[in-house]
Amino acid sequence: MSTNRQTDAEQSLEAVLGGLLRWGTLLSATVVLIGGAAFLWVHGAQPPHYATFRGETSHLNSVADIVSGASRLQPEAIIQLGLLLLVATPIARVIGALVAFLWRRDRKYVVISALVLAALLYGLLAS
Amino acid sequence: MDVAGLTIWQFSLLAAGGAFLAGLLGALTGLGGGVVIVPLLTLVFGVDIRYAVGASLVAVIATSSGAAAAYVREGYTNIRLGLLLEVATTGGALTGAMLAIGTSANVIAVIFGLVLLFSAYFSIKGVPERPAEESPDRVATWLALDSSYPTPEGRQTYRVRHVPAGFGLMYGAGVLSGLLGIGSGALKVLAMDRVMRIPFKASTTTSNFMIGVTAAASAGVYLHRGYLDPGLAMPVVLGVLAGATLGSRLLARGNVDILRLIFAVLVSALALQMIVNGLRGTF
Repeated sequence: MSTNRQTDAEQSLEAVLGGLLRWGTLLSATVVLIGGAAFLWVHGAQPPHYATFRGETSHLNSVADIVSGASRLQPEAIIQLGLLLLVATPIARVIGALVAFLWRRDRKYVVISALVLAALLYGLLAS
Repeated sequence: MDVAGLTIWQFSLLAAGGAFLAGLLGALTGLGGGVVIVPLLTLVFGVDIRYAVGASLVAVIATSSGAAAAYVREGYTNIRLGLLLEVATTGGALTGAMLAIGTSANVIAVIFGLVLLFSAYFSIKGVPERPAEESPDRVATWLALDSSYPTPEGRQTYRVRHVPAGFGLMYGAGVLSGLLGIGSGALKVLAMDRVMRIPFKASTTTSNFMIGVTAAASAGVYLHRGYLDPGLAMPVVLGVLAGATLGSRLLARGNVDILRLIFAVLVSALALQMIVNGLRGTF
């Protein structure tokens, strides 16, 4: 494969992955905005509590809790769902790169993309 | 500012406004919105530093993804190099996020201040464009890292050098990102530009590409430890994203040297305040 053709293929891959980033960001911002509006509607008149750290005693700190809370339309869970989508956007991009390298049988970069993906999934699901 | 008497409504509006300005100035000056979010929330709004770091981190992901979408079309981003270095930055980010949990807020504040000072200095000093070097590097060749970027005279090729040293520095950038909830853009560009000898345009766009992935690695750890408060993250993320989007549109139009200098002075003042408060133990 010549350097130029490789560059062309990478450019078109980039266009697809670039679109993924844009739409992912837009979708997450919309979900955060909807959850935020509902949150302000319900809790807007209360005083904020951000000066005191509650840490792990606070709810909504696992993917399962967020999904179940959002399905019951809890405003704070909807915001967290939007934040999760935001975190998922770069992860989807790495998956896209992994698939592209698999398709091109570029073994070194299949391994490299898989390592990055493993670190991301570890942080999100296992840590 | 006395935020004790505010309601969530008022607090959210003020925080969104501050985050908007942070995103706008961060995009215009190239420093990134993340570096001022944490000092703004802690020093001005009295937010616990752990919540501030969590909100800042997700805002960093939002701006990175938004900006990367625009950059990749132009063809400057070196995807292979970005992915390779992300192995180091994500590993570092997981380490940093786990270190953050056991580290006192005051120590984090002092480290934060020092990194801010470095970023501010780096942003005014700037980086000169250098001609591509000719001799191939063994590791870079094996990993097919050499690439090219568009110029008015056609595509300019460049060679990547000192891959192991760059990889090591990227691990450090990842640790700081996970520890402080920032993108570590300045350190990433330093590693790519100065050490790996990558042209400025390619290193800034590749750095931005990596920032979102790096931050996503530590975001999971933050989530499980309760650092992500939805009520606080909401105005911060939306404000920074709106500001950064406007900033990157405006950036194409004018000279920002004076603005960059003013912002660097402001950032340095915030940095010193973080260090002083951290040393006094008031975080």
